[in-house]
Amino acid sequence: MTHNLPDANSWKNVMNRPKRGVPEGLWMRCPGCEATIFRKEAEKRLGVCPECDYHWYVSARKRIQQLFDEGTFEEWDADLEPTDPLEFVDKAPYSQKLKDEQKRTGLKDAALSGTGMIRARRVAFSVTDSAFIMGSMGSVVGEKLTRCIERATQQHLPLIIVSGSGGGARMHEGMLSLMQMAKVSAALARFDTAGGLFISVLTNPTMGGVAASFASLGDVIFAEPKALIGFAGPRTIKATIRIELPKGFQTSEFLLEHGFVDRIVHRCDLQSEIACTIDYCGK
Amino acid sequence: MAENTHCLSFERPIYELEARIQKLEILSAQKPEARNEVRQLRRELTDLKKRIYSQLNPWETVEVARHPERPMTTDYLELVFDEFVELHGDKTFGDDRAIRTGWAKLDTYKVMVIGHQKGRTLKERNSCFFGCAHPEGYRKAMAKMKMAAKFHMPVICLIDTPGAYPGIGAEERGQAQVIASSMFEMSRLPTPIICVVISEGGSGGALGIGVGDRVAMLEHAYYSVISPEGCAGILWKSHTYKEQAAKALKMTSKDLLRLAVVDDVIREPLGGAHRDHHLMANRLKIFFRNSLRELIEQPIDQLLEARYQKFRNMGVFLEGGVQPLESANGEASVQSSHRIPADAALS
Ligand SMILES: [Zn+2]
Repeated sequence: MTHNLPDANSWKNVMNRPKRGVPEGLWMRCPGCEATIFRKEAEKRLGVCPECDYHWYVSARKRIQQLFDEGTFEEWDADLEPTDPLEFVDKAPYSQKLKDEQKRTGLKDAALSGTGMIRARRVAFSVTDSAFIMGSMGSVVGEKLTRCIERATQQHLPLIIVSGSGGGARMHEGMLSLMQMAKVSAALARFDTAGGLFISVLTNPTMGGVAASFASLGDVIFAEPKALIGFAGPRTIKATIRIELPKGFQTSEFLLEHGFVDRIVHRCDLQSEIACTIDYCGK
Repeated sequence: MAENTHCLSFERPIYELEARIQKLEILSAQKPEARNEVRQLRRELTDLKKRIYSQLNPWETVEVARHPERPMTTDYLELVFDEFVELHGDKTFGDDRAIRTGWAKLDTYKVMVIGHQKGRTLKERNSCFFGCAHPEGYRKAMAKMKMAAKFHMPVICLIDTPGAYPGIGAEERGQAQVIASSMFEMSRLPTPIICVVISEGGSGGALGIGVGDRVAMLEHAYYSVISPEGCAGILWKSHTYKEQAAKALKMTSKDLLRLAVVDDVIREPLGGAHRDHHLMANRLKIFFRNSLRELIEQPIDQLLEARYQKFRNMGVFLEGGVQPLESANGEASVQSSHRIPADAALS
């Protein structure tokens, strides 16, 4: 295991990670190695710790900036917005939660999609942002992804989806959320039948219904180092089996070892690895 | 009528009245005038069952769905089908007892049945992890479904699981990947697929065998994105809010028919399926027979297109501030139940 620090990717850490990426201020502490890092240095490395290669959260917009050739990205379906079909209320109404999250993140929901050039190769692209209600998939995420996949099918574009979701299917939209898993998977099946290339990029964290649908359906699956990836949450598993989970359980490296990931890709190499894959597949 | 040993708290008045009737019946052997009273009480019993079972709240529905005497996959295999030939194993890792697969006959139809099995005795329950399947279970289901398509057999899925198993082995063997692949393959499997949530429809573990041309639920089954306990734990920070969670999640057959998540609801015997296995099995058989007749006549291309569009249209959102037509809503979905498909009417 390359996991030299005990809880670099523990669940607690995932929950406590800075929601808006590299924290403000000139200096910051890396959750991976606890070293004090010069902020500019980490930003230059796309939010990766220069000491230990810890991959910070990056927002959906930042991810697009990092991946696409400058000025080439054109967003699709920007006017899709969530609503509250179940009139769901827990401690507060879902409708209020949506407003708060929209204000906090500047996003309408947890996914962005569009098209642009990655190293001069045109692609269809979606990304989920784990800061918006844990990056969970409700109707809007499902619809955006499905439309993106359908356009990729029609326009014969390679498809890239970068997933980050600690939440899986969004509880607040009940079964409509669960059904997005089937909807997106069905769209991917058509894309596959049509011969399309799908590169799935897993980032920290990719869990639950997101892991159990589009994220696991790539022709090629990349994972950023040390990301938490799995079906059931570590807490649920611990509560069920009542034994300590092995070190490095549900990390990218664990998935690679068990055969569910093609390559672990450092964020700084993501552009070139995507370009290389597209070229190999002749897309 | 099934001998019930497990009484849910809201069923108590029913059991009390039944006990009273039983006593009176014994008495009426000597006292003929008691017979009128027995008749009267029987009518009251029917009314009572109707009243209680028509007003179940969502949490009570969950309790009915989890009733230990409720019929499960092996009961339906016995009562609905004329024969069942079990086919074991995923040819990769093992034979998950939480999912049973095999050939079955229903009238003249030869079908592939896939069903979650929870187990009745503690020993059986342990051997099939209370209906929580591992990756090998979903791989087995997928392999058998593909074989069914190859030999032109429709697939019938009986869904009854609290959820896919959360454990170390399950993660090591790719729980997320198998559920994703199942939905992916089912969405384009070139043979009719009929899915029925018979009791518990627990999240991804249920949907893993839940993508079909017809998706139905028994009246008192539930189907949910997360268990009410799990949802309460996360959103209310305490399992004691499971009743509120059950209500908020809209997991009952009535709610899901309205949301167009399911196409049909199959009525249960008065007082729930656990009170009359035979009647329940009979209604299920009728549903299968009717669905098979409709689906088998459709050309595969048309069937797959309709299956795609059915899931494609699920979800509710705003576009440019308004709800687009294709976004499912209450009004649109009510018609989808118990309809005669336009295609069938034409042929
Ligand atoms: Zn570091």
